[in-house]
Amino acid sequence: MTTYLSIIITAIFVNNIVLSQFLGICPFIGVSRRLSSAVGMGAAVAFVMTLSTAVTWLLQYYLLDPLEIGFMQTIVFILVIASLVQMLEMVIKKIAPVLYQALGVFLPLITTNCAVLGVAILVIRGDMDLGQSIVYALSTAVGFTLALALFAGIRQQLELTEGVPRAMRGVPVALVCAGLLALAFMGFSGISI
Amino acid sequence: MNKLKIILNGIVRDNPTFVLMLGMCPTLGTTGSALTGMSMGLATMGVLICSNCAISMLKRFVPDQVRIPCYIVVIATFVTVLQMCMQAWLPALDKLLGIFIPLIVVNCILLGRAEAFAARHSVIESVCDGIGIGLGFTLALTLLGAVRELLGTGMIFGFGIYPETYGSLVFVLAPGAFIALGFMVALFNSVKKHP
Repeated sequence: MTTYLSIIITAIFVNNIVLSQFLGICPFIGVSRRLSSAVGMGAAVAFVMTLSTAVTWLLQYYLLDPLEIGFMQTIVFILVIASLVQMLEMVIKKIAPVLYQALGVFLPLITTNCAVLGVAILVIRGDMDLGQSIVYALSTAVGFTLALALFAGIRQQLELTEGVPRAMRGVPVALVCAGLLALAFMGFSGISI
Repeated sequence: MNKLKIILNGIVRDNPTFVLMLGMCPTLGTTGSALTGMSMGLATMGVLICSNCAISMLKRFVPDQVRIPCYIVVIATFVTVLQMCMQAWLPALDKLLGIFIPLIVVNCILLGRAEAFAARHSVIESVCDGIGIGLGFTLALTLLGAVRELLGTGMIFGFGIYPETYGSLVFVLAPGAFIALGFMVALFNSVKKHP
């Protein structure tokens, strides 16, 4: 139980996927203009990340390892994630139209979200078992959503701010704010459970 | 189109980091020092040149509806080749760059150039575009790595410029990556608008 708790705390706060591991920066900058879209993106990522990590973990240990074709990892994983996203889009559209309206726009963007492939590979490199992998994927997604929501709140305020130098407007000042946010998250490092 | 102009366009006008803002994850994640930044840039450039070349050769045979999965498979193949080469010949560097080598697959620069350039131009032009964009990316990463290394440890490529005690470690760590990149994009913007 303590291992699970430590995985959760580490993935959300100490080793936040965006602010200290630099994965998933593109949606972090691209989809963080408004709080509602940030939360939608976070939910879609949580869904896909948990599912794809479970599937790629099973594939790694029951297909790639027995056949000794570990070098195919990158190709297999990215194809699985891409097709999973496509299938998920079709299934959600059919079964839960309400959910589709909320998440639909974000799903195609997720294929090129490096956090999803990153977590699938990190889990294998870290020798986690299936339960730990799923918990890790889910809590990483929570950390991603937390960072995205915090950043969206900051950016909404930034847009109202006047007096930002012309060259700094838009992405540059947002990046500096992200740096300050990362600095704040560094306060969590050193926590051990 | 003039081949030299395609290369120059990739370095300045369409600079992948400072103008297009693509491939941000390796840009921030591997620029702790000038050397790692440059290695990451060169690795990406190698894959980009190969994938641009292959995709522009294949453009007549790939049906339009399934072009994106095809591009991804081509890119993933070259990334796997790169990964195996690095594990064999440069194991120390491979360990240093870690997860960012397999993650070249999801670098938006590669898919973006495949879709926007290689699928519409001849093989030689696509290779030139790969060289230009790759060089632009490598230069940006090396520059960012050098700035962070200098501010953080007082060194560039490991050569001491000023004593290490005056450096501020935060620039080597995560927050410094965001802050340094923010100021460099602002600098690039202001130089580009008022030459």
